[in-house]
Amino acid sequence: MKQRLMLRLMQCVAVVLMVGTLSFALMVALPGDPAMRIAAGRYGPDMMNSAIADQVRAELELEQPLAQRFVVWMGDLLRFDLGHSLVTGAPVVDEIGLQLGHSLMLALLAFAISLLIGPTLGALAGLMPGSWMDRTTLVLATALRAVPPFVLAVLMMVIFAVTLRWLPTAGFGSWQHLLLPAITLALGLAAMSSRVMRDAMVRVTREPYFAHARLKGLSDRAVVQRHGLRNASLPVFTYLGLQLVYLVEGVVVVESIFAFPGIGHALVHAIIARDVPMVQGTALAMGGLFVVLNSLVDLGCVQLDPRLRRAA
Amino acid sequence: MNKKTGILVGAIVVLAALGVWVSLDNKASDPLAEVLDIASPLEISGLEPAKSGYLFTRMQAAETLFIINRERQLVPQLVENVEVSGDGLDWRMDVRDSVMFHDGTPLTAEVVATNLRRALARPGVLQNTPIDEIAVDASSVVISLREPFALLPAFLAHYSTLMLAPSSFNEAGDITAIVGTGAYQVNEVVPPLRIELSAFDDWWQGRANIEQVRYLAVPRGETRTMMSQSGDADLTLSLPPVATEQLASDPNINLQVVTIPRTRLLKLNTAKPFFDSAQERQALSLAINREALARVVMRNPDLAAEQLFPAAISGWSNRQLAPLEYDPQRARDLLNEAGWTLGDDGYLSRDDQRFEVTLRTYASWPDLPLLATAIQNQLAEVGIDLAISVGSYTEIPAGHQDGTLDLALITRSFSMVPDPLATVMEDYGPGGADWGAMNWVNDQAFGLIDQLSVSTDADARDAQLQQLTTLLHAELPTIPVVWSELAVAASKRLEGVYVDPYEQNYYLSDLRWVQE
Repeated sequence: MKQRLMLRLMQCVAVVLMVGTLSFALMVALPGDPAMRIAAGRYGPDMMNSAIADQVRAELELEQPLAQRFVVWMGDLLRFDLGHSLVTGAPVVDEIGLQLGHSLMLALLAFAISLLIGPTLGALAGLMPGSWMDRTTLVLATALRAVPPFVLAVLMMVIFAVTLRWLPTAGFGSWQHLLLPAITLALGLAAMSSRVMRDAMVRVTREPYFAHARLKGLSDRAVVQRHGLRNASLPVFTYLGLQLVYLVEGVVVVESIFAFPGIGHALVHAIIARDVPMVQGTALAMGGLFVVLNSLVDLGCVQLDPRLRRAA
Repeated sequence: MNKKTGILVGAIVVLAALGVWVSLDNKASDPLAEVLDIASPLEISGLEPAKSGYLFTRMQAAETLFIINRERQLVPQLVENVEVSGDGLDWRMDVRDSVMFHDGTPLTAEVVATNLRRALARPGVLQNTPIDEIAVDASSVVISLREPFALLPAFLAHYSTLMLAPSSFNEAGDITAIVGTGAYQVNEVVPPLRIELSAFDDWWQGRANIEQVRYLAVPRGETRTMMSQSGDADLTLSLPPVATEQLASDPNINLQVVTIPRTRLLKLNTAKPFFDSAQERQALSLAINREALARVVMRNPDLAAEQLFPAAISGWSNRQLAPLEYDPQRARDLLNEAGWTLGDDGYLSRDDQRFEVTLRTYASWPDLPLLATAIQNQLAEVGIDLAISVGSYTEIPAGHQDGTLDLALITRSFSMVPDPLATVMEDYGPGGADWGAMNWVNDQAFGLIDQLSVSTDADARDAQLQQLTTLLHAELPTIPVVWSELAVAASKRLEGVYVDPYEQNYYLSDLRWVQE
């Protein structure tokens, strides 16, 4: 286990170095004049012009050789100094702290809701393959996965905010504000995880050990609880790690629609404005988060499957 | 199965109950039920006045020395008794008495001078003025100019010159808080999306009626529309054209739509052989069906730009000008007279050069790419092969600087500094500008702009304006396409809503809740 964690730690360091280098290289490779983009991000389209861009270029010393800027950046990174945003001027750490906090809250809630919906419905469908439950969840899952998060978000707003007025349309600051974006994300996640769980459950129910448990006289509930759920949840748990990708993609769209100040929203804006320190900071935070969450998934799998513990 | 159905029914009941509880709690948990919620697309890109100062002035958190009032006159705000020396070089203004900052400190001439010097040293509009020195004399500020400049008050109404208390700055001179003199004091800023404000007890014009205000930047138009419909926003700004029809019939909403001094126009590189004569530019203008563009894309046929300035800009909208027309046949004739002949492929050419140009535009204004596509079709009708490149708006100044730009579809505001002359001087003066004319030389126009920048005589100014607008209309260094409007939805619970076409002020202090 220690070995596994050490491996993940080393992965984390590698991710930091790679993301740091890659984001620097990508931002440099993007077409367009960085000084113009930064000036645009700072002063908006009506005030920005080439004279102001020149002042920005001089202020930020963007004319320095590339290698020199890269060395300075990596040096700062190794001292855990992410620098200041080129647009707002605030420390990147502070901005990410604020935005990552909001995003994490949203992502965790979405994840929790999706866990409640997806695997539960999937398990029920898997226990009754071909039933109305199975068919309904199949149609629902296909529909929800096919609908882009943007459309789903608008639908949720129309139903729960405009028509029923149960929840606020957009914004942040209270737990009510979290619900609509979280449910929007959760439905997309649950759509997939329910199908993975359903297939896993069907597979498990066809296993000899499942039939054996039944034959030895255990009740349906006991068979499902002891032999079904745990075995079927293994692939689902591994799949959850992959779902983080969907979550990141969804967070960017959902945050922008719900006027939610998360890291996805920040990253998109930083890329448009060529705010290199912010891009690097957010990319690092997201990369690090991936490693941490995947480690947690690994740990969870080991807990679920004693064979992995023995192998370790 | 029965048990499962039971569980399902139970779950639905629990969810419904949760929904009702959430909705009740949603309203009950807000201790300041009378918070005025504002939704606008503008995000907060920092506390520096040149960055997001317009938000703090519009929200009446901070104020400038001058302001444009509801009668669209430029009047002193934080100063009074403005005197200009005979040679027009020294502007003396008394700082208004009894103006307090939100931290309880007074606005003094010294503080005003410090703020102005700071604005002058940083990117912003003051750098476009001939200010030589800013001095303090007792309770007056004296601004010395290198040359006469009648527009100084308009520049001092720009948001980048707003007044902040010394406590707004840290030791390095960076702004850490917005401590202004306005009707509302800033309690919290959460960039890039939210500002919370409360009424300031000692505002020099009396106390605002509404106690708490919350500003939320909501970039997406559909979200803002729904916030207005659901009652989550009491005042919703910049609604997309498609939403206005929907909201106009909403019984809980008062919708106000005003024409604003902003024009979507074609910026032309007049050094290119395609646009180097006024004849060719007029042909291009005649080939554009503005009425159709305004009706379909802007959803209001009245926005077809008959000239550069809409009627909302008094003095600049010239009633004697014949509206820009749509006449494709006349366009073809003019191009023919200019030597362009139609080839077998349906496109024009002259001396083996095909009339083939690239139009740059950007999507940060969602209607621009749509307008560009329609213009592409309309110009194809007269034989012009137009390619469209949609990218970042920074490609326009970049293309202007390196000379690679053929033409661009842009949107230009004439009210950033609330005297359109400030923008016109820059855009149509010698050398042109990133967002204005390109390689256009017209000594008569340059002379008129020079005269206007020093002119203080109203009659002379009117005559000069008329000449200048006539010249721009005939010469078409840029081709106006459509005007713009600002749609604002206000809850019927609010009264006193005034939509400022110059977008300088939301006049929040005049708003009040309707007494039921």
